[in-house]
Amino acid sequence: MKRGLISLGILAALTAAPVQAQKKYDPGASDREIKIGNTNPYSGPASAYGTIGKTINAYFKMVNDEQGGINGRKVSFISYDDGYSPPKTVEMARKLVEQDQVLFLFQTLGTPSNTAIHKYMNMRKVPQLHVATGATKWNDPKNFPWTMGWQPNYQDEAKIYAQHLLKEKPNAKIGVLYQNDDYGKDYLKGIKDGLGAKAKSMIVAEVSYEVADPTVDSQIVQLQQSGADVFFNITTPKFAAQAIRKAYDIGWKPMHFLNNVSTSVASVLTPAGLEKSVGLISTAYIKDPTDKQWQSDAAVEKWRAFMKKYYPDGSLTDNSNMYGYTVARTLHQVLQQCGDNLTRENVMRQAASMKGYAIDTLLPGITISTSSQDFAPIQSVQLMRFNGTSWERFGQVLSSQ
Amino acid sequence: MSKRNLLLIVILLVAACVLPFVVSNYRTFQFTLVMVYATALLGLNILTGYNGQISLGHGAFYALGAYCAAILMDQAGAPYWLTVPAAGAVCLVAGFLFGLPALRLEGLYLALATFALGVAMPQLLKYDHLAKWTGGVQGIVIAKPEAPFGIPLNPDQWLYFFTLAVTLVMFVLAWNLLRGRVGRALVAIRDHHVAAEAMGIDNAIYKSAAFGVSAMYTGVAGALSAIAVQYVAPDSFNIFLSIVFLVGIVIGGLASISGALYGALFIQFVPNIADEISKAAPWAIFGIFLIGFVYVMPTGVAGAIRLLLAKRRKAT
Repeated sequence: MKRGLISLGILAALTAAPVQAQKKYDPGASDREIKIGNTNPYSGPASAYGTIGKTINAYFKMVNDEQGGINGRKVSFISYDDGYSPPKTVEMARKLVEQDQVLFLFQTLGTPSNTAIHKYMNMRKVPQLHVATGATKWNDPKNFPWTMGWQPNYQDEAKIYAQHLLKEKPNAKIGVLYQNDDYGKDYLKGIKDGLGAKAKSMIVAEVSYEVADPTVDSQIVQLQQSGADVFFNITTPKFAAQAIRKAYDIGWKPMHFLNNVSTSVASVLTPAGLEKSVGLISTAYIKDPTDKQWQSDAAVEKWRAFMKKYYPDGSLTDNSNMYGYTVARTLHQVLQQCGDNLTRENVMRQAASMKGYAIDTLLPGITISTSSQDFAPIQSVQLMRFNGTSWERFGQVLSSQ
Repeated sequence: MSKRNLLLIVILLVAACVLPFVVSNYRTFQFTLVMVYATALLGLNILTGYNGQISLGHGAFYALGAYCAAILMDQAGAPYWLTVPAAGAVCLVAGFLFGLPALRLEGLYLALATFALGVAMPQLLKYDHLAKWTGGVQGIVIAKPEAPFGIPLNPDQWLYFFTLAVTLVMFVLAWNLLRGRVGRALVAIRDHHVAAEAMGIDNAIYKSAAFGVSAMYTGVAGALSAIAVQYVAPDSFNIFLSIVFLVGIVIGGLASISGALYGALFIQFVPNIADEISKAAPWAIFGIFLIGFVYVMPTGVAGAIRLLLAKRRKAT
């Protein structure tokens, strides 16, 4: 009997010990709080994206108010304006890391801005988590083990269009319109890589525009005259709407690929004209709140309720707000997994060990998966075609790998 | 220079040398940027404050200097300290050449011409055929310099002292240049160019030279900023930067050397304060600060201080 008690005691001690000993903190984490840093363009040329930072802020306010934080710790989301200017991002990132002593940076926005702090963050060994850019270089765990992207990257998306095209229309003549910056060029590279050896013969026209241009009308005319019968439309919302309308108005009817950046029904297709948008092909990974098929979707309903209560100024038709909500939920899960071990190393380890995590505001079948060699959380998208009222998804959930 | 002024400068210098040891590395970095901006503002002030030529495009020279430094380091493997005079020389020539045709333009027309330069610069930097050197839209990442000869300073502190040294040299040069014959000639052209011409001042040469020297200062500042920030990209040098420079010299005090320093403090810190007050409308808050400053100190901070000192002298 006595011996039985002793062995029971040993057993209890063995099982209890690891549970108690594991509270570990790095700067920015404590029993009561987790501090997260962020930079967003609340002013300047890209200020339309500032709403993402506001949505994330609202999300963690909800988590603090309704759930008492994450694992009993309140989340402090500290976000500064960098005006989309890289030197300012450097300054603000240093402020967050060195002065505010945040645990890590999350969703810093913009390719140039993130490039500017890329080296610094990895030198300081502070996570630069789920950056808000689709550039391909963030998935490089070997050289930059403290940086991770989130959204599908531009090149992967472009490759998916190219693969679809090679299957459907192998002798196509392609015209490309792209924005003359890192985003446009990344896409263009993806298309060429996806077409492989045929790229040279298939692409008959490449035309670019500047963000500051008033319209892209002349570019569309130029593309039509090149004799292209496939149109890769790599443009941001305002220009996408112009391009769709102009192509229709001059009677150019190519097979029209529109990049995921500009698929919003409310802010692109409606201004372009819904009847002019019929037949567009694109991809998606997130539910568009303005798309009719999600009108009474439970997840989207829940998002609407959240927006109304915690971010009433925010637009219910802006995709960016859905994006911010979904990425914040990804981080929520990462921090949940961290438990009481809130070290920077463990944050990266948990972020890099998500196995098919599903979020209901992502399209059905699209999940978040990472590993120590794979720092690209969302890699799959689904092709879809516009039918005049909403996007119809078709085919399998695809990834370019 | 009066004894009191000299004493003041010595105190300021001692304070500047002690500063990086008492504040955090992040603050040290911020003050490094303040000195970088001060050098740029001094350059613009030579042109606009002393010579009366308005430039809305000095961000372009700042970018030119920054890219010179970055490309020299990235492509030619040049040491960082060598890139600063090189950037200054390139900008001196570029500024002089731009100044020659711009001479025919007066006042607002010159402002427009320089505005065009400022607007065009980011796009020129993205130009495909230059991308080999400029890195195109991706920009250039450069390494941070370490303190040489085993001096026990961390990189931030070393960079601070390096920038301090360059800034000092630039300020002393400007002081030498502006208090003498050249300075008087520049002011004379600003105040009445016909009268200046009648006095035998060659307007054309002086105005072009002022443009060149001004661009050189801004270029040196650009090179310093590239070294401090460790990254250059077209998005860093948009037209807004040029406007901010102009705001800086007006707030600091036109035609004043010390004004460059006040202006630099303003453009470095006030946007941060504004952002902390309101996320929704940081620039509205910035605007309120701006209007407040202009209303309370119509001759800039430097002018207000001068006025205050004069009043005190009268009272005693």
